[in-house]
Amino acid sequence: MTETTRRLLLAGAAAVPFAGWVRIVDAAVPKDTAVFAKQVDDLISLDPGESYEISGGEIATNVYDRLLRFEAEDMTKLVGGVAESWTVSPDGKTFTFKIRPNLKFHSGAPVTAEDAEFSLQRVVLNGKTPAFLITQLGWSKANVKDMVKATGPDTLTFTITADLAPSLVLSLMTSIVASVVEKKVALAHETNGDLGNGWLKTNSAASGAFRLVSWKANESVTLEANPNFRLGAPGMKRVVIRHVPEPASQRLLLEKADADFARDLTPDQIKPLAGNPDIKVESFKAANTFYMGLNLGYEPLANPKVRQAMKMLVDYDGMVKTFLAGRFFVQQSFLPLGFFGAIAYTPFKLDVEKAKALLAEAGYKDGFAVKMAAPNTSPWTEISQSVQQTMGQAGIKVSIEPMELKAVIGQYRARNHQIAMLSWGPDYFDPHTNADSFVHNDDNGDNPKIKPIAWRNKWFIPDITKDMLAAARELDTAKRAEMYAGLQKKVTDEGPYIFMFQNNIQVARRATTTGYTPGISGDLSYFRKIKKS
Amino acid sequence: MSIRSLANRSVSILVSVGLTFLGLTCVTFFIGRVIPIDPVLAIVGDKATAETYARVRAEIGLDLPLPVQYWRYLLKVLHGDFGSSVITSHPVLQDLLQVFPATLELAVPALLIGVLFGIPMGVVAATHRGRWQDQTIRLLSLFGYSMPVFWLGLVGLLLFYAVLGWAGGPGRLDVAYDDIVPQVTGLITVDSLLAGEYEVFWNALSHLLLPASILGYLSLAYIARMTRSFMLSQLRQEYVLATLAKGLSPWRVVWVHALGNVWVQLVTVIALTFGSLLEGAVLTETVFAWPGLGLYVKNSLFNADLNAVLGGTVLVGVVFIGLNMLSDLVYPLVDPRARDQ
Repeated sequence: MTETTRRLLLAGAAAVPFAGWVRIVDAAVPKDTAVFAKQVDDLISLDPGESYEISGGEIATNVYDRLLRFEAEDMTKLVGGVAESWTVSPDGKTFTFKIRPNLKFHSGAPVTAEDAEFSLQRVVLNGKTPAFLITQLGWSKANVKDMVKATGPDTLTFTITADLAPSLVLSLMTSIVASVVEKKVALAHETNGDLGNGWLKTNSAASGAFRLVSWKANESVTLEANPNFRLGAPGMKRVVIRHVPEPASQRLLLEKADADFARDLTPDQIKPLAGNPDIKVESFKAANTFYMGLNLGYEPLANPKVRQAMKMLVDYDGMVKTFLAGRFFVQQSFLPLGFFGAIAYTPFKLDVEKAKALLAEAGYKDGFAVKMAAPNTSPWTEISQSVQQTMGQAGIKVSIEPMELKAVIGQYRARNHQIAMLSWGPDYFDPHTNADSFVHNDDNGDNPKIKPIAWRNKWFIPDITKDMLAAARELDTAKRAEMYAGLQKKVTDEGPYIFMFQNNIQVARRATTTGYTPGISGDLSYFRKIKKS
Repeated sequence: MSIRSLANRSVSILVSVGLTFLGLTCVTFFIGRVIPIDPVLAIVGDKATAETYARVRAEIGLDLPLPVQYWRYLLKVLHGDFGSSVITSHPVLQDLLQVFPATLELAVPALLIGVLFGIPMGVVAATHRGRWQDQTIRLLSLFGYSMPVFWLGLVGLLLFYAVLGWAGGPGRLDVAYDDIVPQVTGLITVDSLLAGEYEVFWNALSHLLLPASILGYLSLAYIARMTRSFMLSQLRQEYVLATLAKGLSPWRVVWVHALGNVWVQLVTVIALTFGSLLEGAVLTETVFAWPGLGLYVKNSLFNADLNAVLGGTVLVGVVFIGLNMLSDLVYPLVDPRARDQ
């Protein structure tokens, strides 16, 4: 072989891997398909009787129709879903729902009261995580078949034994567990009496706006429009949620129009997008409460004056004006704004002098040392550092223990923390969901049946718990709101919590793809109004 | 090789495979049980009642003593049952069969790039020691060695996908081509050819080339460096001088005689490179949203999905054991001395 041919051969071989880079097939996202680039690795199950992750709830709300709804058209108004109308008995214990006529499952079979009965019963009978949403009504494996009954082909009646306000019970019927599952299909795939749970984890038997086509773990979830949906066919024929773990990759996909929405962009990625006319970034109020839990089992924290002082040692405004800008705003209450009964309450500001005086009164003139468990990711790390710094100004030496989020929760549940920095998201659209956790502790023993947040911080409050439960069963709506206002002030002022922020969700989208709002919770994240021009 | 020595060898291989396997499962299993993350909590979530918690804890057998748990796990694994993944709800084995082809599809072209370019580059660097060819190649491999793959991936995406539009973006296919080709091997390039969907094939290829080239570059860097140093030690040998003195062409001396003696060591290097590629490149898979083994194991780890982590680790272990055995088998092909042993 001559030198020249050898060189030619080598050069030719060197070009091989680059040849494929010539873009041969460039397929843009079709006009009738919307693509989300999102982290969906939290997805565990799509069975509405089991799913309890943010991503799962978001997909389930689009696939399954529920008894009642807060619809995309007006997210604050309770309206019928599968049920056309409903009545509540004067004692507030019996609820009767009339199922809409002519509703059809994706299979083509009619939606009946029997399906609705089966759907509620199987949640309780299977006893998976979200079952607590309706077992609090007084339903159990033993009694649910008597409590929830189809009393006619289009009539569902259920009875509750717990003392709960009707507005609360009706709110629960908009949550994931009130999704109506097609009984025949679920039972056809039953194994070992699981009422179809195993199959429904990755398949659907539903009547919602979209049909589940496929869920490939760590890859994508594909939904297809249900043209016969009761509120009309969705704007998009197909919605694909692609699991893109890296936010920078999400941004590139969005910029290249290979995705219509990027859901997990970080602030430093959002900033440069502001100048791009093809992309819009929108902020929506979300319902997570970011706070610190103070364990009263740790001596200094049991002192009310110390807690009062610590609440004045956080630079709330400084943080939301700088590194949390756009993503958080100050809300010092256990209820997020946007919820029934929530008040905008921000009594605490950074005030080192006042805090020092309070600490001196409490006998901690020189401060004390305290450990704080915090998740080891942004923005937790930045928030905890800011807190460490401002607390230090009054002599409180905070040592931060950064760890996996799940490890923080584990420590918190075992009451092994001194301070735990975490966030809390509501389970359904009613103030009771947060109240029942932040303001519920009438059994401070080591092994209670439930472990609400008040218990985790050893805040033993049998009297306030009673007030909280009274608010939950108050029939008069105006009075109920008033009761929650009082509770919020009391808990913020005296409780073992330093409430800091409520969050915003930032969604970046193609300018031409409109109609999506994430809603204050995953239950309200509707895809059916998405449009592309 | 006599029958007896063959039998001896087989037994010793089997014993070492068995011991490695046992050690592997044992270490992974116990590490999984001592990490401060509660696997039950990972399944039921923070808000479950005590009753649900206790039921799930019993369901996955966490209420039993550790050695019993391990014994049970081992028995199941030996029957091919790795348990079910919490995250995907599928049996772990089924998940692994799903994610491993994705990793394989990246690893094979990456290794090819590494071998086809790395070895000649290493040889050229050795024969031109100290000259500009050598310096360039050393610089190239140093760069490949020291640049974080995460950064390389993002810059690659920015340049070849976002700016130039030559390569496909993150993911294995454009959304328009999803769910067209029925899954046979799990390798989209192969499946699309089998189904005669050439558009899908080209699209899959455009998505594959960037991550495969980046991984290929990393293996190239390693292989070129190793080849260079092996070759340098060969070129110092007296037989090289002797053959040159006898009038053989320098080209033949370098590429046939010297390189021929380097192959034995290279086989090991290549096998190990392939092994680490098959392990799943977590960072590359994260940047490229590539649903392979690395991403699967990482995700399982963060979600305390212990069955999946154990399953993934055992698979990686098996791959390494397999590759080691394979390179043992290849030695006699490249080294006549090994044939007589």
